[in-house]
Amino acid sequence: MNNVCIIWVKIYLAIFLLKEFFKLAQERKAITERIWELLASVKLAIVIFSLISLTAVIGTVLEQRAEPARNILILTRLFGETAAPTVYKIVERLGFTDMYHSWWFTGLLVLFSTNIVICSLDRLPRIWRLIREPIKPIKAEHIETAGIRREVLLKGKPEKLKGAVTGAIKAIGFNYGESKEDKGYQFYCQRGNYTRLGVYITHLSIILILIGVLVGISFGFKGYINLPEGRSYPAVFLQSVPLTPQEEQDRDSILNTLEAFWGNIFRASEQLGIKEEALKEKLKRYGVEPLGFSVRCDDFDVEFYDNSQMPKRYTSWLSVIEDGKEVLKKAIGVNDPLRYKGITFYQSSYGMIPGASGWFILKVTSNTGATEIKRLNFGGSFTIPGTDIEGVIKDFSPALSFDKQGRAITFSEMMINPAVFIEFREGGKQKYSGWIMKRNLLTGRTPEGHEVQFIDLWGVQYTGLQVRRDPGVWIVYLASVTMSLGLLIAFFMNHRKLWVRVVEEKGNTRVYIGAVANKNRAAFERKIDKMIILLRKAEGEDR
Amino acid sequence: MNSSVFFGISTMAYIIAMIIYITYLAFRNRNIGIIATTVTVIGFLSQTMAILMRWKEFYEISGMGILRSVPLTNLYESMIFFVWCLILGYLVIEFRYKNRSFGAFVTPVAGLALAFINISGMSKEIQPLIPALQSNWLLAHVTMSFISYAAFALSFSTGLMYLILKADKKTQATYIFWTFTLGIFITLLLAMAIDFLTFKVAVKPEVFIKSYLFKASFLNSSVTTRIVSWVLTAAIILIIWRFGTTLKTIIERFNISAETLDEITYKSIAIGFPIFTLGGLIFGAIWADQAWGTYWSWDPKETWSLITWFVYAFYLHGRLLRGWRGKGVAIVAVVGFTAVIFTYLGVNLLLSGLHAYGGIE
Repeated sequence: MNNVCIIWVKIYLAIFLLKEFFKLAQERKAITERIWELLASVKLAIVIFSLISLTAVIGTVLEQRAEPARNILILTRLFGETAAPTVYKIVERLGFTDMYHSWWFTGLLVLFSTNIVICSLDRLPRIWRLIREPIKPIKAEHIETAGIRREVLLKGKPEKLKGAVTGAIKAIGFNYGESKEDKGYQFYCQRGNYTRLGVYITHLSIILILIGVLVGISFGFKGYINLPEGRSYPAVFLQSVPLTPQEEQDRDSILNTLEAFWGNIFRASEQLGIKEEALKEKLKRYGVEPLGFSVRCDDFDVEFYDNSQMPKRYTSWLSVIEDGKEVLKKAIGVNDPLRYKGITFYQSSYGMIPGASGWFILKVTSNTGATEIKRLNFGGSFTIPGTDIEGVIKDFSPALSFDKQGRAITFSEMMINPAVFIEFREGGKQKYSGWIMKRNLLTGRTPEGHEVQFIDLWGVQYTGLQVRRDPGVWIVYLASVTMSLGLLIAFFMNHRKLWVRVVEEKGNTRVYIGAVANKNRAAFERKIDKMIILLRKAEGEDR
Repeated sequence: MNSSVFFGISTMAYIIAMIIYITYLAFRNRNIGIIATTVTVIGFLSQTMAILMRWKEFYEISGMGILRSVPLTNLYESMIFFVWCLILGYLVIEFRYKNRSFGAFVTPVAGLALAFINISGMSKEIQPLIPALQSNWLLAHVTMSFISYAAFALSFSTGLMYLILKADKKTQATYIFWTFTLGIFITLLLAMAIDFLTFKVAVKPEVFIKSYLFKASFLNSSVTTRIVSWVLTAAIILIIWRFGTTLKTIIERFNISAETLDEITYKSIAIGFPIFTLGGLIFGAIWADQAWGTYWSWDPKETWSLITWFVYAFYLHGRLLRGWRGKGVAIVAVVGFTAVIFTYLGVNLLLSGLHAYGGIE
């Protein structure tokens, strides 16, 4: 008895648990389904669009990754002096001072891509069926419900007019199917069913772009070097990492060894007696990325538009050196970078090397035509070939100008109008002297017709290079192409369906046309009207 | 003859066309309509001529390739091109929809914009290109961006007209939205006109904005002027709110249905959006990649074009939702164009960034 009871209780319990489990499972399903629906919804897309836009607005008002003082200044202008520090604290805590790298903005982008993926997964099967579904003849009353409807009465029997109708259908670019009806025929056709994919191609290329970005972040690097004229370097700096003097020394000695082997990491690690991987790891910690080769700046130059301070061209003459050999030479400029082994060097800035003296390069031509190139230090001297005239470099100005009294002034630290002051002597006696400007050849002409051309002050400037390796960029480019294609299809092409019934009516023929287009109905309507004109013309010719 | 003569002709033509279009609206005479269109077309052709001549002048001066000498490198040239696109877009609509009513609105905008560009002392000199702009991408990127801006401008005006037609009660949110938006636009234009009249300065627009903009009104040193400006702003908005229904009656006389306006709004955006995506965002990114080594760096210009892109993506997706169809998305179209204006002018003039070559160095 007791046993039976226990069995019953057990069975009852089991049924109860099973029931509860199913109920729970059902509810679960409902919850997951609801989440799925939410993630696939257009509403969520709109919410994400708004959130990204609104937060991005704040991100453009505040300066990103800037000194706090700069943003406090901006906030002072907006909120007044008393509120600014508090507001700054709030926006900083919320990550707005570096918002494009904040966790919540990344989260928004993740949500955005989830939305795109789930929405596509949700809709694609249905759309795919719609695309693959062959068009079938429809019932007479269904033609009446089509978006575009036309009716024409033509003289003659359907059998006679069939050719005219199919000709008109072909003329507007359709391949048709045909079926027999009891009093005539029906023709049915569709075009551009695959254009329904345009939206999804666009959506998926956004995902592809994000994948490209991720690949770039994970497997690439972005760094910079300020390369002085004449120097070469085997590595680039990724970011400034605070280092102890000891670490700094260690870094520099590694870089020196690396440079001695022209960037060859394997040979440098052998020399240093550590493993190649360990060496790379160490450099990474110091915020340095080895290139695997060396890059040298042979020269840097800024050209200006005539008589102005507007730069025309920045040029860096770069050489790539591997195992002591120059393997590549290129003059790069803005919009014209150097690429080698997947690493790209962009012209991005330039400047003066503090404390550098450099070499003055002069081209001296005597009035008889004898030419010599001179490399001189500050204070150095030279003779004009074939004469006893000696020139001495007495002064230099990177940006020479003259004030109202005619006195020489230097108006900038940058090499905007470089000039040397040269004193000429003959037989120990001063002959004449003057400023010779790099940008003005006439200033280098002496009374006797000798010419001293100031070619360059070499070795005092550095070129600032942005250096990048981005294996993901090709994915981004590919995605750009597919996105353009997707947009083109989505906005400028459509899916059109057409049904034409040719029915006998009292010895004549009535043609019923029904058509639908998922977009740009007006254009399709014009095509249909063209078809009717063709039919009427055929009818006229027949008679 | 140089390009400025032709610019003068087109300015005059647009202003005359405006008068004829208004006459046409009053009398509905077909011949008057044809004359209005002819004058607009003359203005358009003359402007085309002027742009081509300036292109040639630039080409001869710069000594760079023909593709790199596009006259689209400063605010003056870009605004002229914008007006050109706007008129082109209008003419297309006139032919497609066989409706001349918009002419009375578009030609004054074009004529006044050209006149404003002329008197504002915007630098008309042909300036050589700085190294960053010396690229073949310049032509594709800038022309496509401005074609899309013009398409968005059209969608803004038809969107606003749609809202005006659709709002019946003065307490309706739609009605308040459009009167407020129009009020703000008119107030800002008036405030700028007052600035011009008060200071009588002809300086570069960047300098004007930095040192004179709204200094005669909202940013005046005297507190009274500032208060008066705000009160007047409120008054203008109130007046538009009070007499907004009159504007509605005028637009109703255009013989253009709200549905057609909605369609034109959509079509303009459907044309503008892909062109903006390809020419503005994608070509811009590729160019940035070639020049600076990053295809996306979140600089304000890039970010604002992305914001614009998202707003119009909002419009396109909003049309799929029941609650947003009609008035909802029309509001988005109107808001979208303010984002366009900010991308075009606001970023260069107010925010800093890599793109701010138009600003002060």
